[in-house]
Amino acid sequence: MSGPLLEVDGLSVRFPTRTGIVEAVRNISFSVGREKVGIVGESGSGKTMTGRAVLGLIRPPGVVQARRMMFDGIDLLSLSERQLRSIRGNRIAMVMQDPKFSLNPVMTVGRQIAEAYRVHTAASSSEAKRRTLEMLEAVRIRDPERVYGAYPHEVSGGMGQRIMIAMMLIPDPDLLIADEPTSALDVTVQMQVLAIVDDLVSRRGMGLMFISHDLNLVASFCDRVVIMYAGQIVETCRASELHAATHPYTRGLLASLPRVDRPTERLSTLVRDEAWKTEPGVDARIL
Amino acid sequence: MHAVRDVSLAVRRGESFGLVGESGSGKSTVLRAIAGLARDWTGRIAVEGENLGARRTARFYETVQMVFQDPYGSLHPRHTVDGTLSEPGRIHGLANVDARVLELLRDVGLGPEFRFRFPHQLSGGQRQRVAIARALMLEPKLLLLDEPTSALDVSVQAEILNLLQRLKRERGLTFILVSHDLSVIAHMCDRLAVMNAGRVVEELTVDQLRRSEPSHPYTRQLLKASLGYDRAAVDALETFD
Ligand SMILES: Nc1ncnc2c1ncn2[C@@H]1O[C@H](COP(=O)(O)OP(=O)(O)OP(=O)(O)O)[C@@H](O)[C@H]1O
Ligand SMILES: Nc1ncnc2c1ncn2[C@@H]1O[C@H](COP(=O)(O)OP(=O)(O)OP(=O)(O)O)[C@@H](O)[C@H]1O
Ligand SMILES: [Mg+2]
Ligand SMILES: [Mg+2]
Repeated sequence: MSGPLLEVDGLSVRFPTRTGIVEAVRNISFSVGREKVGIVGESGSGKTMTGRAVLGLIRPPGVVQARRMMFDGIDLLSLSERQLRSIRGNRIAMVMQDPKFSLNPVMTVGRQIAEAYRVHTAASSSEAKRRTLEMLEAVRIRDPERVYGAYPHEVSGGMGQRIMIAMMLIPDPDLLIADEPTSALDVTVQMQVLAIVDDLVSRRGMGLMFISHDLNLVASFCDRVVIMYAGQIVETCRASELHAATHPYTRGLLASLPRVDRPTERLSTLVRDEAWKTEPGVDARIL
Repeated sequence: MHAVRDVSLAVRRGESFGLVGESGSGKSTVLRAIAGLARDWTGRIAVEGENLGARRTARFYETVQMVFQDPYGSLHPRHTVDGTLSEPGRIHGLANVDARVLELLRDVGLGPEFRFRFPHQLSGGQRQRVAIARALMLEPKLLLLDEPTSALDVSVQAEILNLLQRLKRERGLTFILVSHDLSVIAHMCDRLAVMNAGRVVEELTVDQLRRSEPSHPYTRQLLKASLGYDRAAVDALETFD
């Protein structure tokens, strides 16, 4: 199969609200190969809605439009809801930004992961349990047996995130959309969990869309970065070159980071320029 | 099971105290115990010299407010931003609640167009700003901040941290701040405690942190990992018990 794993051309997402139409995503084009693509940008810039649109998860009254949305030779725009459902969670998985919100509060964590596994495989229930415990251990849960039997409200924020990651990785997806997947993890556990994902990309050729506001992390972890502002892509670059980014918005984001080695009284904040909204967006496809 | 064991902390009035450590090590549990949300604790907790029992009075919440780690669970899905913000003000009989709502929205960087939106119409960071504004409504003296900016992008984080610092200067607020971001802790705090597996493994000043002088190997590992992702370094990470 030639071409990227995912190609998105001219994607827009709009929501009608009481005070007018919110243009959450405006005509963006990007691709994801068997690589780690970071999506960064300020709060409300459209990162989550971009991920959800790829999965066909924008709920009415939201409206999705695109010229092209191809995944591994499949035209996502032409699929029925049923066909989308069979791709979702199986070939394309998304780790949601709100882990606890996405888990069923009245079912134990272990059962949820095991069932997610069984939906997509013919595994027996004992096999599913064994794989689930393995996954919980892989994401560095200290006491997998206890957590297997725990309810979502009984686990910490960071454990909830790792549970979601375990659940999304267990069916072995081709494309993982991870929305702030490690924002509640301490940095050492974060590194360990990212290493699992990294290995899936380098060994199995999984594609990764990594949505994050942690610029240093994206710069050190990803291959490429897409920078979003007000629903558009304003800049794209190699991750290792993020610190040399040129768009004033990206520069402003970088400047607002606190630093352990450089104390300041006040952090610099972004001064937004109205003109950024009307600039033509950047095409972040590599075909 | 014990979520935390034998944790002792003393935070001075006007101080900012950081709590960092392993995920699941009990940081949120410590804050929840202070806020009266975790019932099964033993030991002594005192705020302004007064020992706290199992129940908290309405007055307590005029002194102590908490911002939760999870902005999704902490906002009522059927309340608009306006409803969420004005509720504590009305319960506690504040005057000019409407004006306060507008002022707080501005303080946290949300325009008036957000006032009548529901949580599902907000992005993750916008929800967390609403949660912070709600905690500020009663003008508390002690703010318990559980990862207040981990759901925010860096420019909003800078705005919120500057706002918190300003409020602290103007009103002599005291903070206990949980964050896994050592640069946020270094920027905001005077001292910090490092937790691992339910215990405090070390307490240090931010100056010691800046000079990279932690004494516990777990803290040294945290500092190293905070420099960025390094696949080769991951296999060398240790687990401490
Ligand atoms: N159902 C909805 N109705 C109206 N507006 C919406 C709705 N859902 C999202 N939005 C708006 O769409 C924009 C993009 O939201 P999105 O969740 O993609 O942001 P984000 O980049 O993921 O931000 P964050 O970093 O805070 O999570 C935001 O301004 C948000 O308020
Ligand atoms: N309601 C509960 N019932 C049983 N166990 C719980 C409950 N709440 C928390 N725990 C457990 O207590 C331990 C400490 O959790 P806590 O939420 O305090 O951790 P944390 O340090 O805040 O972690 P994180 O950084 O991941 O948010 C965890 O092992 C968690 O599973
Ligand atoms: Mg988002
Ligand atoms: Mg916590």
